[in-house]
Amino acid sequence: MSFVSLKNVSKSFGDNTVLHDVDLTVEEHNVVCLIGASGSGKSTLLRCLNLLERVEQGEIVVDGQTITNGRVDVNALRRKIGIVFQAYNLFPHMTVIDNVMLGPTKVRRIGRADAHDRAKELLHRIGLADKADEFPDRLSGGQQQRVAIVRALAMEPKLMLLDEITSALDPQLVAEVLALVRELAESGMTMIIATHEMSFAKEVADKVCFLDAGVICEEGAPEQIFTAPQQARTREFLARVIEAGRM
Amino acid sequence: MHEVLQKFFSPHSFRVAFPDVWFGFQLNLKLMIVSEILVLIFALGIAVIRGLPGRGAAPLRALAIIYTDIFRGTPLILVAFLVGFGLPGLNIRVISTQSLFAYGVISLTLVYTAYVTEVYRAGIESVHPSQRMAARSIGLNYWQSMRYVVIPQAVRRVIPPLLNDFVGLQKDTALVTVIGVAEAAQQAQQFSQNNYNFTSYVDAAVLFILLTIPLARFTDHLIAVRERRERAQAT
Repeated sequence: MSFVSLKNVSKSFGDNTVLHDVDLTVEEHNVVCLIGASGSGKSTLLRCLNLLERVEQGEIVVDGQTITNGRVDVNALRRKIGIVFQAYNLFPHMTVIDNVMLGPTKVRRIGRADAHDRAKELLHRIGLADKADEFPDRLSGGQQQRVAIVRALAMEPKLMLLDEITSALDPQLVAEVLALVRELAESGMTMIIATHEMSFAKEVADKVCFLDAGVICEEGAPEQIFTAPQQARTREFLARVIEAGRM
Repeated sequence: MHEVLQKFFSPHSFRVAFPDVWFGFQLNLKLMIVSEILVLIFALGIAVIRGLPGRGAAPLRALAIIYTDIFRGTPLILVAFLVGFGLPGLNIRVISTQSLFAYGVISLTLVYTAYVTEVYRAGIESVHPSQRMAARSIGLNYWQSMRYVVIPQAVRRVIPPLLNDFVGLQKDTALVTVIGVAEAAQQAQQFSQNNYNFTSYVDAAVLFILLTIPLARFTDHLIAVRERRERAQAT
């Protein structure tokens, strides 16, 4: 059975249908990249997966558990699913290490000393151990985003959702963040990544899904999607991406 | 002119009246400290209640709104009359047998809690929704998100307006004189009536001013620091 499966998932905000009958499966230890224009529903899809958005229709199963029936313990579910946002959303009133420790100490109820050691170790892994006691506004965007990834990892999630995490970064800072994501992929983390970085998607994804107007228009292996797209809309989208010099 | 100086600014009367006024002023300080602590606690509670999500919390939210509407709208002097004269008149145990000081604290707390609730609420609403989302996404529940992420940021932001309201509260401690609390204004009035000289009011005024100036400057300082920081971030 797939680690994540969505069946006929629909979501709308008022009259605006953002997801329309979406079907998607993600195998454990796989990386799925969601591509598509802004507003195509990529972010909403990710947010539905950890119930930051309520799904109106359809069924989502994560790790054998149906999460859309209203009986699920939302907080327990979110412990298993880490999400990283485009705007980092670090807590500005806490130091870097406190940002990383908050979840482990308050949600997983790990002792402070223990949580501190693990947080330090994670920060060390991304080369930011020396920034542990700084406040987030003293860090570059790339550093902040890496801390945000580590903050999610500190909960030891089984699934990571990355929501356009490089879109707000200066181009020279994108690489350091992508390197960390690549490392995660190699370590076998199951991930769903909404991204505009096509070459990265091509390199790291096991499967690429092209979303258009809330519908998964086409999905397949990265080589197929990027070199031989079947759908006209996928071709148009990729043509525009190439034209913009983004691939 | 000489008459005015004698009646309002007589150095002799200033010295003579000062001990009594200072004695009364200590009561103002106590009223202020006790009320401020209670206001900080209750107002935060009511502000959080006003922000509770969901339909189930609607009655609580409504109660909080009714409370703030009533006590923001009612002049403190009327609340003091109602509490200071009304409650003892009820002849109910505990409620009707408190000291005048306690009725003073209750009046000040009722009115200022309503103001400060709004200050807190503005602070809580100013925390960007993405912060709550980030807090919830690492598994914190609603209360934990409020406790560790939203409220600490909100409180930091509202400290200047909060201090501003406290300057108001400090001065308004003089208003509870109307129910007979022997605070500075009351002492000054007594001296004034006995000696037909108003310098004692100046005594009291000087004490209030000396108390509020440091707080006002401190507030200015905090605002300046924040502006500097925000400008630094913008560049």
